[in-house]
Amino acid sequence: MTGRAPSGRVFALHAAVILGLLILNFVLPEYHRGVFSRVLVLAAFAMGYNILFGYTGLLSLGHAMFFAAGLYGAGLPVYHLDWSVAPAFIAGIVSGAVLALAIGFLALRTTGVAFMIVTLMFAQVFYLITLFFTTYTRGEEGLVIRQDLRHLRMGDLDLALTDPSLRYLIALVLFSAVLIVTLFIVRSPFGRSLVAIRENEERMRMLGYNVFTNKLAAVVLSGAFCAASGAAYALLFGYVGSGFASIQYSILPLLWVLLGGAATTLGPLIGTLFMFYIVDFTSGFMPAYLLVVGAALILLILFFPKGILGSIRERWAPWLP
Amino acid sequence: MAFGPYLLLATLEGLVMAAVLALTALGLSLVFGVMRVVNVAHGEFFMLGAVLAWWVSSLVSGNPAIGFLLALIVSPLIVGAVALVSERLVLRRLDYKPEATIVATIGLLYIIQQLVLTFYGPEARPVVAPFDFRIRLPWFGYSSYKLAVIAASILLVLATWFVLTRTKIGLVMRATQYDGEIAQAFGVPVDRVYAGVFALGAMLAAVAAVLIVPIQQAHYLMGLDPLLLSFIVVIIGGLGSLRGTVVAAVLIGLSDGIISVFFSPTLAKIIATSFVALVLVFRPQGLFGAETR
Repeated sequence: MTGRAPSGRVFALHAAVILGLLILNFVLPEYHRGVFSRVLVLAAFAMGYNILFGYTGLLSLGHAMFFAAGLYGAGLPVYHLDWSVAPAFIAGIVSGAVLALAIGFLALRTTGVAFMIVTLMFAQVFYLITLFFTTYTRGEEGLVIRQDLRHLRMGDLDLALTDPSLRYLIALVLFSAVLIVTLFIVRSPFGRSLVAIRENEERMRMLGYNVFTNKLAAVVLSGAFCAASGAAYALLFGYVGSGFASIQYSILPLLWVLLGGAATTLGPLIGTLFMFYIVDFTSGFMPAYLLVVGAALILLILFFPKGILGSIRERWAPWLP
Repeated sequence: MAFGPYLLLATLEGLVMAAVLALTALGLSLVFGVMRVVNVAHGEFFMLGAVLAWWVSSLVSGNPAIGFLLALIVSPLIVGAVALVSERLVLRRLDYKPEATIVATIGLLYIIQQLVLTFYGPEARPVVAPFDFRIRLPWFGYSSYKLAVIAASILLVLATWFVLTRTKIGLVMRATQYDGEIAQAFGVPVDRVYAGVFALGAMLAAVAAVLIVPIQQAHYLMGLDPLLLSFIVVIIGGLGSLRGTVVAAVLIGLSDGIISVFFSPTLAKIIATSFVALVLVFRPQGLFGAETR
């Protein structure tokens, strides 16, 4: 950490990013607006992952389970019980947070490599459970939530979540909320103690901090963000399937955060956006998008371990949060 | 069929699985033990071994035994070479940092998988077993090839054990495992040991895959299950402990074989996976491992 960041510049930057994204809604062609809606929702997933991986220094290989907990927590009640959108969204976040509390309580007893494998194993259990209860989840094939169920009703207001512009704006609201909360956390004493735990856990313990409680709070917060992203994904795009709980969706947020820059507030957005367009671009002349993912992972970890924003912060803008 | 013979059949099937699993997990355990690297691409080395076995045996016409034996030699060598190259080009440059190597081997996993899909295709293809007469037991006939797989695996595990405990190479490897820096100070070429161990681990997986491919067809997604099962075996056996790995492989192979016969395989996997996660949480040294240093 290089001293206290100048607040004005930081707030101006984040406000400008959100404003810019708002303007894009009216400028972007239809196809790209669809891509951006998805990217904004998934960037919230990546930001949730970043809280744990970037700031707290805990590499989880199982975050797909939190995303999927939100996805199913919101999707299943809508599909089977005809819940309306708002309570379903909250149910999604709550399921993710509760799951994160339980998993964090167990997994945080381990460190390093064991933590990665334990989270991987728990996520695999979650994935297998979604396959096991295939009567309700329809496994890999998944559920498609009917369009008429995806309406947000408040008083006389009736908003169809299937409308592209509204969908983009709601995705932007979710993204901005997570971004602002992240920024707030990062600048708070709590956020600074997370970074301190990442840098030197023993020392923090010696200074009298409760390391376990702080880490657990980070896991729950991270799980809740990822679940919010999953819940929004289910409600906005109307599809809920086991694929989102598979290992691949635990790896993707790691890739996005690494690419954009771990422990930067805007890195996850940049990483998600870049990766989406790299895959989009390459799939034009070769079908092998996993090859791109694999190569990107290796090249990043070899030559760019700090990611895009991390490198910019190191060279030119040490004030970036 | 009565319950007794049924159980015997399930046990035999479980033993075949345990035989293959023991070899695969041994490779993973060796790499983790000596290099402290969690090789997520291990399952893909297994898959590559199986696919190459199909390729090699399809080049040879005539007696299927010739093609199979050729595959048993060529396929592990190619896989070992691939592992060696990726170790030199990637892992070594990362200084074997645990988190960085996990990310890099995940990348390797995707690359190998996608290349195999591109050049080999999405089909599952069989390799003809070198011999396949049925041994008549009082209750049912059983494939002699499957029994041969069990025997071959026992031989290979014994050979690995012999190399590790009775030869100079094994001594050098154990010294590196015990303390890399001190070993270096005593003139052990630690760098080359790492390269060799990584290639050896991948080759063990490839041999296991060649042995299984006449029973289970070669497919580009076949690597995930052996990877997760090897993780399970290595963790229960204690990370880096060879004896524990073998015992755990037999235990997991047998119980998986028997549970899958009587219950739903998905449920069996759910139980095994959560059990392992909890073992890792509450007994990080494994069920059979000693306390770590």
